[in-house]
Amino acid sequence: MKTLGGPLLFLDRDDINTDEIIPARYLNEDSREALGPFCFEDLSLRGFDRAADLSGKGAVISRANFGCGSSREHAPWALEANGINIVVAESFARIFRQNMFNCGMVAVELPKATIAEVFERFSGAPADLVFDAEHRTLRFAARDGGNQLTVPFVLGDFEMAMVRAGGWVQFAADRY
Amino acid sequence: MGKTLAEKIFETHLIDMPFPDTWVLKLDAVFCHEITTPIAIDDLERRGMDRVFDPARIKAVIDHVSPAKDSKTAEQGATLRRWARRQNIVDFFDIGRNGVCHALFPEKGYVRPGYALVMGDSHTCTHGAFGAFAAGVGTTDIEIAVLKGVCAFRRPGTIRLNLEGLPRPGVFPKDLILKAISVLGVGGATAKVLEFRGPAVDAMSMEGRMTLCNMAVEAGATSGVCMPDATTVDYLWPFIGPEGEKLYATKAEALADYARWRSDEDAAYDATYSIDCASVEPLATVGYKPDQVMPAAQLSGVAVDQVYIGSCTNGRIEDLRAAAAVLAGKRIAPRVRGIVSPATPAVYAQALREGIIQTFLDAGFCVTNPTCGACLGMSNGVLASGEICASTTNRNFNGRMGKGGMIHLMSPATAAATAVAGHITPAL
Repeated sequence: MKTLGGPLLFLDRDDINTDEIIPARYLNEDSREALGPFCFEDLSLRGFDRAADLSGKGAVISRANFGCGSSREHAPWALEANGINIVVAESFARIFRQNMFNCGMVAVELPKATIAEVFERFSGAPADLVFDAEHRTLRFAARDGGNQLTVPFVLGDFEMAMVRAGGWVQFAADRY
Repeated sequence: MGKTLAEKIFETHLIDMPFPDTWVLKLDAVFCHEITTPIAIDDLERRGMDRVFDPARIKAVIDHVSPAKDSKTAEQGATLRRWARRQNIVDFFDIGRNGVCHALFPEKGYVRPGYALVMGDSHTCTHGAFGAFAAGVGTTDIEIAVLKGVCAFRRPGTIRLNLEGLPRPGVFPKDLILKAISVLGVGGATAKVLEFRGPAVDAMSMEGRMTLCNMAVEAGATSGVCMPDATTVDYLWPFIGPEGEKLYATKAEALADYARWRSDEDAAYDATYSIDCASVEPLATVGYKPDQVMPAAQLSGVAVDQVYIGSCTNGRIEDLRAAAAVLAGKRIAPRVRGIVSPATPAVYAQALREGIIQTFLDAGFCVTNPTCGACLGMSNGVLASGEICASTTNRNFNGRMGKGGMIHLMSPATAAATAVAGHITPAL
């Protein structure tokens, strides 16, 4: 199982698509790692400064329908190449969500009101996300120590199995 | 309670349910292209599992960047080519025989009613036009699909979309699906099957149905589907009849067999929507999401730099015919660059026979070989920053056809009229 969580990147918009996460012009790269420098190159989000905002992050929080569009697994790979292996959002596009778990990464949905609360309380200052698989909770914590929020999350048995196994290939290659 | 087409496919293809609502389906076909498959191939080699479950059920094509535009894309093509040879994948399509996957594979008769199939491409939902469950998946799913012939899904609910009435002349399947996406929203059918029903679908050719199903994913759907009927049988007849695999002696026999996949009258749907096709106008997208549409007639202030006709959405023969009918005897505006990419060699050859290619050339279009290239900004028509493209493709995402470029999605007829006018305009 991967170590999940870390410093949070706040992406305050619905419908962030796969082409924004990793543009198609980089799909000719032949390794997952090579995608890292191009992650979020086309992200359309006011105030987003790629160099400053992406550096050192371990988790993303966003709004509805994150990862819509293409089937490219290059989107999770580009995130992982930057150290991000968990995305928290109101909802996800199906293929992106499946790709995350297939890679042993996590795409977890929280209610709209909870997402709104996290943005309200934590965005704009450094904050961290802790993924607690055992207790099935997410803990948001401001770096300055004062502000904390722990919320339960729901993942299916399949998703938890993918996270524990490290992905679908590890699970399926032996079973089928 | 009756069942939907998707429920019937799930129940007949289930081979394992390792967890509640984790349906591992046996696949009838796995399609591969050179962008999303090579990393799966490399990974299988690295793990010492370089084999495939059944070479006859795997179809592969180099289509996204063809011919290769640089060393990296050449290597991607080479990886797929070597793998196809090594694994004895007979149905591998290289340059000269290749075409845009979601136009080429149906044309070869590889998609049948009742199939469950996957490809590492989101527009795989196109193949649901044949009454199949056809899902776009990522590279890891493709890796296991080629190795084991299986893929895992949650059982999707179905949204029924009734296309009532018939569209007016000048209104095409592309306009109907743009309208549908604007009603559903880009996340409105997420993880659902989108079932297209109604008189407009019944009257539609397989090409038109593929255009509808192609963009189901733009509303988030896992697969579009249409009910198999006489039109489906007619299209497949060369492959399934006495001249082909001899599966059926008569069309009536095929129709009766395929009818078992049709959704039952009393099937349950997660939601039902209806669109009055007669009230739909020629449409075009505005903005960076495919659910943002406006009547093309209201966008005459938008001057375009490039017009692109092609792709898995609208690069088939009917699309080229519709565009050529508008272009006949006309020239495109001097400041417009027109590019048309027939989706397959068969489409290209047919267009040549019908004089359509000549019409495009006379109008001032550049005719390219079949490839996906321009649609995703990889080759053959990449936009410069600030440029505007009227396009028959499926995505208007920020930067999709080139960094800083703007895309307006529309039907081939509207795109052709726009090329002539130099600004967005419907054909009629």
